[in-house]
Amino acid sequence: MAHTRHTGKPALDPARVRSEFPVLSRFVRDGKPLVYLDNAATSQKPALVIEALDEYYRHYNANVHRAIHHLAEEATTRYEEARTVIGSFIGAENPREVIFTRGTTESINLVAHAWGRKYVGADDEIMLSEMEHHSNMIPWQLLAKATGSRLVYIPVLENGELDLDAYRERLSSRTRLVALTQMSNVLGTINPVADMIRDAHRAGARVLVDGAQSVPHMPVDVKALDCDFLAFSGHKMCGPTGIGILYAKEELLETMDPFHGGGEMISKVSWHEATWADLPHKFEAGTPNIADAIGLAAAVGYLSSLGMDDIHRAEQALTAYALEALRTIEGLRIYGDAANRGGAISFVMEGIHPHDISHFVDQDGVAVRAGHMCCQPMMKKFGHPAMTRASLYLYNTRDDVDRLVEALERVKGFFNRAT
Amino acid sequence: MQLDDLYQEIILDHYKSPRNFRQIPDDEAMVDEENPTCGDHIKLIAAVEDGVLSDVKIQCEGCAICTASSSMMTEKMIGLKVAEVRGWIRDFTEMMRGGPDLPEEDLDDLMALRGVKKYPLRIKCATMAWHALEDALKQLGA
Repeated sequence: MAHTRHTGKPALDPARVRSEFPVLSRFVRDGKPLVYLDNAATSQKPALVIEALDEYYRHYNANVHRAIHHLAEEATTRYEEARTVIGSFIGAENPREVIFTRGTTESINLVAHAWGRKYVGADDEIMLSEMEHHSNMIPWQLLAKATGSRLVYIPVLENGELDLDAYRERLSSRTRLVALTQMSNVLGTINPVADMIRDAHRAGARVLVDGAQSVPHMPVDVKALDCDFLAFSGHKMCGPTGIGILYAKEELLETMDPFHGGGEMISKVSWHEATWADLPHKFEAGTPNIADAIGLAAAVGYLSSLGMDDIHRAEQALTAYALEALRTIEGLRIYGDAANRGGAISFVMEGIHPHDISHFVDQDGVAVRAGHMCCQPMMKKFGHPAMTRASLYLYNTRDDVDRLVEALERVKGFFNRAT
Repeated sequence: MQLDDLYQEIILDHYKSPRNFRQIPDDEAMVDEENPTCGDHIKLIAAVEDGVLSDVKIQCEGCAICTASSSMMTEKMIGLKVAEVRGWIRDFTEMMRGGPDLPEEDLDDLMALRGVKKYPLRIKCATMAWHALEDALKQLGA
């Protein structure tokens, strides 16, 4: 249920929110109204984001930071405004700390190269949790191989929470970095990152927070968390694909080497050497993704106008409703029972493969995800190479959940028939 | 209840009681393939005698389409000459990718898989066993 806040601001109205996303009025598979429950993979886009992209290309498309002409001035202003807007959204008041990337994956790779290769040595450890997405695992595997450092894992408990005792025990003076998701894309678990960051800092380690699943769904404030790095993607938060953010503390960015070399990121260039541009441009080689940066700022403006607190509260209520409804299905088991959790709900059904489940519910217009969700080692640990995942967002309703449950009952009915 | 056009009785039958399936230890498997996008996993062994595919055994952890296709393949292929098997692999995978339909009377149970071509994301599920068999034949030098 949506709440009314004391300010008198109207609570989130899903019907109104839905009407702002053109694709949600689509019909799929021979006339079934679309029920979109694959939001942890990517979210849909409101009309105002699509219009912001359209407006950029129609009215002021130009390269940024170079030419002295009217369009270039407009494009540069809007691009840098986007940086400020997105920075404020995550509590980063200093736009020099906000780097545009292609997405979470590139943001993490940037840190692994530009910071990791310089500051992680052969005797050092990088600590990850077992619930990390491959994008917050493979860059560190590559770094460990290149530097001779070692990966240390924080175990996931049976209920989907992290083993915090093990975490504190394994932190040591050798721990150079803790790379940690704020919300699991499989289990939905919301990790107590603020506390974990305090522990890591006490041990002298830096912390990278993977915010791909958290930033779209709850208020995230880099100053309150005191994280050293925060990575997230635009496309999971109503923004375009191909744009994301790396937030990093200025003192770290200053001492890091560049990631990519090229235009835009230099100050002076001679035949054999160069000096780097000031932050944040030192980390933005080449023509940036101007349109999508502006589109992401539009998405952030949209989310802010609704209020991240309200979005989070509405999603929490819908998640509770969905968990209860799914648990009524006999033979269905949900993985992820953390006390604090978000709306990514993964489950298995006895004797029915996730592929078949997702195919069946798709015939009813319900879009869910099936597979290992880019968390292969953890899925193996839980004994299922694949699961089915329904993931919620601000435009989902109880009706969407009911449609999913009906579709799952239909799958079960088919597979459980005697043959 | 309205039946899905892809999931017919016969697919369910092969899924629940797959033919020529058994557990295959890692060191015995000739082919061990995993589909990284979905986790479908097939292990396969094959034997050729006098130019004829004399046996195929499969261990499959996969969806109904992957399992049924594996099971139907073994039923159809065992006992055929290697050259015929190769022809089948080519024609069946071609059909899955949108190529010409094989005649109904030749396909038998495999008929049920013709619906797969309408679902591009499922084609891999249906062809995985066939590619595994192709690999095994290569290893046998057949």
